[in-house]
Amino acid sequence: MPEVAIQTRDLTKKFGDFTAVNQISFDVRRGEIFGFLGANGAGKTTAIKMLTGLLSPTSGEGSVAGHDIHSESEAIKKKIGYMSQRFSLYDDLTVKENIRFYGGVYGLSRHILRSKYDEILEKVDLKDEIDSRVGSLPLGWKQKLAFSIALLHEPKIVFLDEPTGGVDPITRRQFWEMIYKASEDGVTVFVTTHYMDEAEYCDRVSIMVDGKIEALDSPVELKRSFSAKSIEEVFIELARGAENSDG
Amino acid sequence: MNNVVEISEVSKSYEDVKALKEISFEVEKGELFGLIGPDGAGKTTLFRILTTLLVPDSGEAKVLGMDVVENYREIRPILGYMPGRFSLYQDLSVEENIRFFASVFGTTLEENYDLVKPIYQQLEPFKNRLAGALSGGMKQKLALSCALIHKPELLILDEPTTGVDAVSRKEFWEMLHLLKHQGITILASTPYMDEADQCDRVALMQNGKILKISTPDEVAQSFSSTLYGIRSKHRFQLIQVLREYQYVKSVQPFGESVHYADHRNDPDTDDILRYLSTHGVEDAEIKKIDSNIEDTFMELMQQEESHA
Repeated sequence: MPEVAIQTRDLTKKFGDFTAVNQISFDVRRGEIFGFLGANGAGKTTAIKMLTGLLSPTSGEGSVAGHDIHSESEAIKKKIGYMSQRFSLYDDLTVKENIRFYGGVYGLSRHILRSKYDEILEKVDLKDEIDSRVGSLPLGWKQKLAFSIALLHEPKIVFLDEPTGGVDPITRRQFWEMIYKASEDGVTVFVTTHYMDEAEYCDRVSIMVDGKIEALDSPVELKRSFSAKSIEEVFIELARGAENSDG
Repeated sequence: MNNVVEISEVSKSYEDVKALKEISFEVEKGELFGLIGPDGAGKTTLFRILTTLLVPDSGEAKVLGMDVVENYREIRPILGYMPGRFSLYQDLSVEENIRFFASVFGTTLEENYDLVKPIYQQLEPFKNRLAGALSGGMKQKLALSCALIHKPELLILDEPTTGVDAVSRKEFWEMLHLLKHQGITILASTPYMDEADQCDRVALMQNGKILKISTPDEVAQSFSSTLYGIRSKHRFQLIQVLREYQYVKSVQPFGESVHYADHRNDPDTDDILRYLSTHGVEDAEIKKIDSNIEDTFMELMQQEESHA
């Protein structure tokens, strides 16, 4: 595993005349917690689709977990995990069935799955709920379970899409501690969120406006260079004049 | 009569889930009141009772002195309600939606145009666009216009800012302040603690109970201990080591720093740094900080759990 987990150079995606992602260049280090922010319509989703091998770029270069995003998208998919607050788990399956299902998708052996299974139940404290339908679990448990399942196949990089919306502040912090732990273990964490206080938990944060990355630094440095009290202020300063904003 | 909303010991259960447990509070005329709590706290259930869509199991709720069960017909025309999921007709245009809502309440867009103008004006360039084709921030503005078009006395907004970006959220709160200045009483819910500062008063809600009601400043300051912010490059290790400290009261990650409270009254911060250093966290910096609303919320949650 190289020390650079994600690298892009002038990565661009056009849809007809519209440039959704406009020459973005950045590196994400192995084990880094990287926040990827932008207003709705700024191009975040398009950028992530390129990084996860779901969309091929119009021009520019990129590598994810050491694989080229133009030619090796299938290899990338095996080395990344993905969690979205909305779509990660099957509500009609039980906790056990969800773990087994994803284990099957990623081709884990019965033996490995068995040990992963115990590890997850321990970590998420779900032992008494293994046969409960996921739909009946509190949101906080679902999020922790979804994160653990995203790590099931030991990916090098995990993509989190608005991971902690709607939960209470204690559960939310338990979730961030799971992220810190994954990062300690060398997993690179790529987080997108609308909630700027979540950005404060990241090692570095990038802010996208109209297809371009307008700022990229640690939260402390961003606040210092914009003389702002919070990342939210920095974000609003940058995104307020956006052409493709959500306004 | 100064209270627009009066809720007294209201309870509501769904089968064996207690959604609301003897909730009581009042909202004064002209107030912007925030109900703050995570998913499952009971915010939507409470709003459905106030909007006469659900009947409480026990207790009493009144809007402008009228009972929500007895007087639901009188209450409905004076309420504006923006539910959590968008209430708009996706296959009607922007203009058709607002005219529809106006006609339901026996008024017209022209009659109350002044009230909705600051918001609706931003949508007028797109008035022929289908509501389903609007972006999240624009849908939210249209939903607010539709909830306002009959000039309600009380506006009830269920998580109006969930899922929209920071710029749209900020603009939305600016619009609510404008409406407040026109004398409309506003009751809004949000799962986001950082929005509390936008409100005159807030109620913190969790598991069907109100943990505290006060002004945002007073809530923030009511944390019971001296609070310290501790920073280190090794955040994960810092948290683990602090939790093992013999004087620890609470340890909570807060972005780039960790909020720490101690059982001692006036602990020597050098002691804490020495402890950290001997346990492998050598680069820690510590300083006294002001508590915020999340610190208080978490402390109240923990007190509630230890009583339970």
